Amino acid sequence: MERYFKGIKEGNEKTIAEAITLVENDREQGFKLLKKIFSETEISYIIGITGPPGSGKSTLTGEMVKDWLRTGVKTGIIAVDPTSQFSGGALLGDRIRMSDKVTDKNVFIRSMATRGELGGLNSSVFDTALILSAAGYERIVIETVGVGQNEIDIVNLADTTLVITTPDAGDEIQTFKAGLMETGDIFVVNKADRPDVIKMELMIKQMLEMAYGTETEWTPPVLTTVANRSQGIEELLQKIEEHTGYLKTGRRFYQKRKKVLEKQLINLMERILRENYIGRVLESGLMEEKIREIAARKLDPYTAAENLIKERGV
Amino acid sequence: MVKNKIKVLIAKPGLDGHDRGAKVIARGLKEAGMEVVYTGLRQTPAQIVRGAIQEDVDVIGLSILSGAHEHLFPEIIELLQKEGVDNLLVIAGGIIPEEDHEKLHDIGIAGIFTPGTPIREIVDFIEKNV
Ligand SMILES: Nc1nc2c(ncn2[C@@H]2O[C@H](COP(=O)(O)OP(=O)(O)O)[C@@H](O)[C@H]2O)c(=O)[nH]1
Ligand SMILES: [Mg+2]
Repeated sequence: MERYFKGIKEGNEKTIAEAITLVENDREQGFKLLKKIFSETEISYIIGITGPPGSGKSTLTGEMVKDWLRTGVKTGIIAVDPTSQFSGGALLGDRIRMSDKVTDKNVFIRSMATRGELGGLNSSVFDTALILSAAGYERIVIETVGVGQNEIDIVNLADTTLVITTPDAGDEIQTFKAGLMETGDIFVVNKADRPDVIKMELMIKQMLEMAYGTETEWTPPVLTTVANRSQGIEELLQKIEEHTGYLKTGRRFYQKRKKVLEKQLINLMERILRENYIGRVLESGLMEEKIREIAARKLDPYTAAENLIKERGV
Repeated sequence: MVKNKIKVLIAKPGLDGHDRGAKVIARGLKEAGMEVVYTGLRQTPAQIVRGAIQEDVDVIGLSILSGAHEHLFPEIIELLQKEGVDNLLVIAGGIIPEEDHEKLHDIGIAGIFTPGTPIREIVDFIEKNV
């Protein structure tokens, strides 16, 4: 544990990476390390970036980060991609758009799979952000594919959230959850080199109006970018600074962080319950027998669930 | 506890611009339940090694067509050693002449797979050797 702690503090990339693996995979050891880190760490400013697959999130992230690095800001990137429900595997392709630009020693990129419900994803993303904060990364970007509730939950960890769309993503936007409209602090129509940009801008503005009404302290701006040609990046960075300034006024930042911590606390309790109770039931092999009894109507699922938890928990 | 997933970095060193083969492998390993970090074309040895370290992968899969393996592979292996990465399986695929295999094995490329190798064979090799 000391080894991890020391390596993280020294900014040793190999140790940082191993610590992230540890907290992803081994709750007991991971918690030990995280407890020690948390008390000594101010969590860095987190920027969430979400939107449909292929909308240009990774490209945009690369562009933003390039700018921060130019001014010497140490930046961490956590890129989350979905785990396949069929195989349990995942294809993590976000480095493709980043690694050629981002060879700076001050950037750390980590790809993560959402894993199944039993993996405790949300808590791992927070934990990784905590480790990167402790290692001195002043700014952290979390990229997720914005499709489901799971992804909205991750984005909720962020202080400033960017929602990315493209001019041709009309159908996807229609299906965006209201929750996503409400978590977005800045909306970006990327691929503005394509037709129908203005139409998309208007559509988002209308959806925002519906979600917020007119009384709102922060009206999310809608920007346009062409990420692969570095267009619109300055304005985007400017808006991020503005939103940061807005958050840091009064008690807003404190309130936002409190919400994040509340979420994290719930995530952690769920993770403990899943691993200690449900996980143990699944491993015990008792399920099969119970299911057979239920199917034969010798047992009802309500009693079975209660008993399994009671018998198997710790 | 969650079973540790095998994490693989697939990289394409060298200058040639085709990565169909690498993508097929990446998808195949994903379908076999692995977490596959795909890093794209024209990766330098330094980028590959740094990526493998940051991602803390169990396996590096190098895909190459250009014949540049003779100097690129040793460079990658050397960099890994220099960075103190020693618990990592390195495999390679692509067009690599038979007569070079032994030399590559000797420097630490654990498995070499020529085009057309069934994905299952690669999966088995990884699962057995990590
Ligand atoms: N035409 C156009 N293509 C873009 C733009 N931004 C990104 N792309 C391309 O869109 C594809 C997907 O980009 P990526 O950043 O991986 O999207 P992500 O899945 O949202 O992370 C890549 O081929 C990019 O080069 C843009 O502004 N215009
Ligand atoms: Mg991406």
